[in-house]
Amino acid sequence: MARKVSQNRKALVTVAAWAVGIAIFFPILWTVILSFKSEGDAIKTPFEVLSANWTLESYSTVQERSNYLRHFWNSVVLSVGSTLLGLLIAVPAAWAMAFVPGKRTKDVLMWMLSTKMLPPVGVLVPLYLIFRDFGLLDTRIGLVIVLTLINLPIIVWMLYTYFREIPGEILEAARMDGATLRAEILYVLTPMAVPGIASTLLLNIILAWNEAFWTLNLTAAKAAPLTAFIASYSSPEGLFYAKLSAASTMAIAPILIMGWFSQKQLVRGLTFGAVK
Amino acid sequence: MGRITLDKVRKAFGEVEVIPPLDLTIDDGEFVVFVGPSGCGKSTLLRLIAGLEDITSGQIRIDREDATDVPPAKRGLAMVFQSYALYPHMSVRKNIAFPLKMAGMDPTEIDKRVNEAASVLNLAQYLDRRPGQLSGGQRQRVAIGRAIVREPKAFLFDEPLSNLDAALRVNMRLEISELHQTLKTTMIYVTHDQVEAMTMADKIVVLHAGRIEQVGSPLELYRTPRNRFVAGFIGSPKMNFVEGAEAAKYDAHSIGIRPEHVDMSRESGVWQGRVGVSEHLGSDTFSHVHVDGIGTINVRTSGEVDVRHGDTVWLTPTAANIHRFDKEGLAIR
Amino acid sequence: MATKHSRAAARLMISPAVLLLLGWMIVPLAMTLYFSFQRYNLLMPGMEEFTGFTNYRFFLTDPAFFAALLHTLQLVLGVLVITIVGGVLLALLLDQPFWGQGIVRILVIAPFFVMPTVSALVWKNMFLNPVNGLFAHIAKFFGLQPYDFLAQAPLASIIGIVSWQWLPFATLILLTALQSLDQEQLEAAEMDGAGPMSRFTYIMLPHLARAITVVILIQTIFLLSVFAEILVTTNGGPGTASTNLTYLIYVQSLLQFDVGGGSAGGVVAIILANIVAIFLMRMIGKNLES
Ligand SMILES: Nc1ncnc2c1ncn2[C@@H]1O[C@H](COP(=O)(O)OP(=O)(O)O)[C@@H](O)[C@H]1O
Ligand SMILES: [Mg+2]
Repeated sequence: MARKVSQNRKALVTVAAWAVGIAIFFPILWTVILSFKSEGDAIKTPFEVLSANWTLESYSTVQERSNYLRHFWNSVVLSVGSTLLGLLIAVPAAWAMAFVPGKRTKDVLMWMLSTKMLPPVGVLVPLYLIFRDFGLLDTRIGLVIVLTLINLPIIVWMLYTYFREIPGEILEAARMDGATLRAEILYVLTPMAVPGIASTLLLNIILAWNEAFWTLNLTAAKAAPLTAFIASYSSPEGLFYAKLSAASTMAIAPILIMGWFSQKQLVRGLTFGAVK
Repeated sequence: MGRITLDKVRKAFGEVEVIPPLDLTIDDGEFVVFVGPSGCGKSTLLRLIAGLEDITSGQIRIDREDATDVPPAKRGLAMVFQSYALYPHMSVRKNIAFPLKMAGMDPTEIDKRVNEAASVLNLAQYLDRRPGQLSGGQRQRVAIGRAIVREPKAFLFDEPLSNLDAALRVNMRLEISELHQTLKTTMIYVTHDQVEAMTMADKIVVLHAGRIEQVGSPLELYRTPRNRFVAGFIGSPKMNFVEGAEAAKYDAHSIGIRPEHVDMSRESGVWQGRVGVSEHLGSDTFSHVHVDGIGTINVRTSGEVDVRHGDTVWLTPTAANIHRFDKEGLAIR
Repeated sequence: MATKHSRAAARLMISPAVLLLLGWMIVPLAMTLYFSFQRYNLLMPGMEEFTGFTNYRFFLTDPAFFAALLHTLQLVLGVLVITIVGGVLLALLLDQPFWGQGIVRILVIAPFFVMPTVSALVWKNMFLNPVNGLFAHIAKFFGLQPYDFLAQAPLASIIGIVSWQWLPFATLILLTALQSLDQEQLEAAEMDGAGPMSRFTYIMLPHLARAITVVILIQTIFLLSVFAEILVTTNGGPGTASTNLTYLIYVQSLLQFDVGGGSAGGVVAIILANIVAIFLMRMIGKNLES
């Protein structure tokens, strides 16, 4: 790390890196800017847009017109609910695989991963019919179940890689100290794994928040989260750039912020611990 | 009470037999040390007793009751791990209190016991720290504290001192011995260091490739090792072994003589040799003497002796201390 | 660590996860398989009957199927190439010391957190729109004719949008891998007289191999089922110019209510995905064992 770098070179890299960074971020930035403009201004040329007045009118229109808050709340319930439910199922499973590994543990893990490769569209029809017959279409509970199941392999894998870094001797010590399995997991393993569990939680909330296949196909209005809410803007109706921008900004802001906080864990989580 | 009996205990990991069938009795209040080279199965044996591993066949009894299928939490034993295995997210106080909390003891009694243990182990002012903020020796004490508060039937130690520096190790050795004198509870102590075994044990169990080579008091093992392995393992510096013609003179396949049982002289003796490296410790001098036809003999002499590289000296093993071994390495008595 | 008790406990603890995933896999799969042999249209209830391979014959001989297959392949490969090449270059750039590393990292990673429907709509309207989009404004500024991206090059546009979403992911992973490269290795190579190009080819690239494998695996999983981006931008069109397999099956089953045909398509998609998966798992298994 102690390589000497000339200031000139560093300045050059700085310019290049910032240029690329801003270019990649630009669509988001532009969306945010448009969201604070009036509809009339939002479709003008970039220079005119930048010099136009700033306004919050789009935000209030969006809320009035399409009940943003309800969809936002649906997104929260779906992503947090499915992640918590997933953790509840995955923590014991990951404990078992990390601390009582058997001959087939690796295979089970690989199999779980392979269920993620099942193309969702391959099971779209039956799931749609099951949902229809059980009255789960457009319900939050139905989607929570689906999101839990599609993210369960990732949750198990992430927890597994975190648990494996906890020395087994500490759990054995707990056992020697008279702890039951429940106490071992509750009082020793879980508190020690808090950082890992937290990043698993964060990443899976992000994934569930942005999931757009099942949420689009299995909801209509009542349980529709933000993904579906935004999709309703796909057929233009008059001037709508500013409103679309405001709605988009509100849909991505919370998760963008969470994402920035969890970027380090994101790598590890999404690569199943293969890249740290 | 804490009498532990192993009856034909055998352990295999898959096809690999790590512990062949083995019998052993550990009496109540005894300080027993399992000693042997690394990888010989000491930890495995200790973990079998703890219940952290299942035995493949045989029986383990604790106080006459069959404990073979009793889970570790219910065996009433306490263990101190090599890595200390403290709970990093709990304060020292919570660490020590953990087994009592698990036992469902009431908080005032827990407090009382934790404070007692802390004062015995000089931990009173650290009770509110996390293990991460303690030195190695202090962590070791916390681990011991966690073990003693629940008044177990026996303590199991797995190389508890191997992560400490040399000076601290000597101190802790004394403290653990002291603790045993006070508590008079059965202790099983695993180490690969024969000095720890000799200084602490009432009874030493020498293990080699999962097999018990000999069981006895430190001095029994020192004086009458049952075979070459024990003879070579117990005692420091190691016993010298001589084979061939010289051994045949004693009607043995090989003979062994400890460095402290060889006299060195400038004038006369049985074997003539040249001094190689000599180590001057002040209290003792260790001289490595090359003897033609025999090999290198290590000699221990009390105090400071003026020998140099290349000096010619005469060595004489004291006859009463010569150990004789047959072809299989068993001692001939 | 392992006793009868703990193993029994482990089996108990792992079973909810395993059973749920097993059910999640088997029940819908079996149903898809069953429907795929039925004539079953939601608009004509009560008319269901066994039709053998008819659904498959119709699906597989439909020209739209081959188009969709090709588009799926183009989409996956196109995005993979763009994100991996771009990701490696970006990672090399960002791995060097510069002012504001933390902020640039945040800027670069941001698109990954944008939900697919939002990014597709933002690109479709604010950038690619031939009248009011930013690119149209720029074209007009230079006196050029605005290009109607989604009409003229729908698939390429979608590849572009999806690449924008996944480039951050590839970059972040490759950057992380690059940062774990032992600096001393590079210095040793430099001492041995290796120039920047050979340092990259012989030291950095092999070190990145594992990370690249992981990127390919994970992106492929997601790219095979790109859906929302197509739904909100082109609806698969014009014609079927931007219809991938996922979208085709969606159209057939939920828009044309042809459960049988959609299911046959689903089975085909599953088989194709499995071929890809086996191939990937092999590759990844080799790369991850070490
Ligand atoms: N869980 C296990 N699975 C397979 N082999 C093991 C396991 N634990 C220990 N062993 C083997 O058993 C032997 C004894 O190990 P151990 O009891 O740890 O030795 P020691 O503590 O005396 O150094 C070693 O050869 C080791 O490789
Ligand atoms: Mg050991």
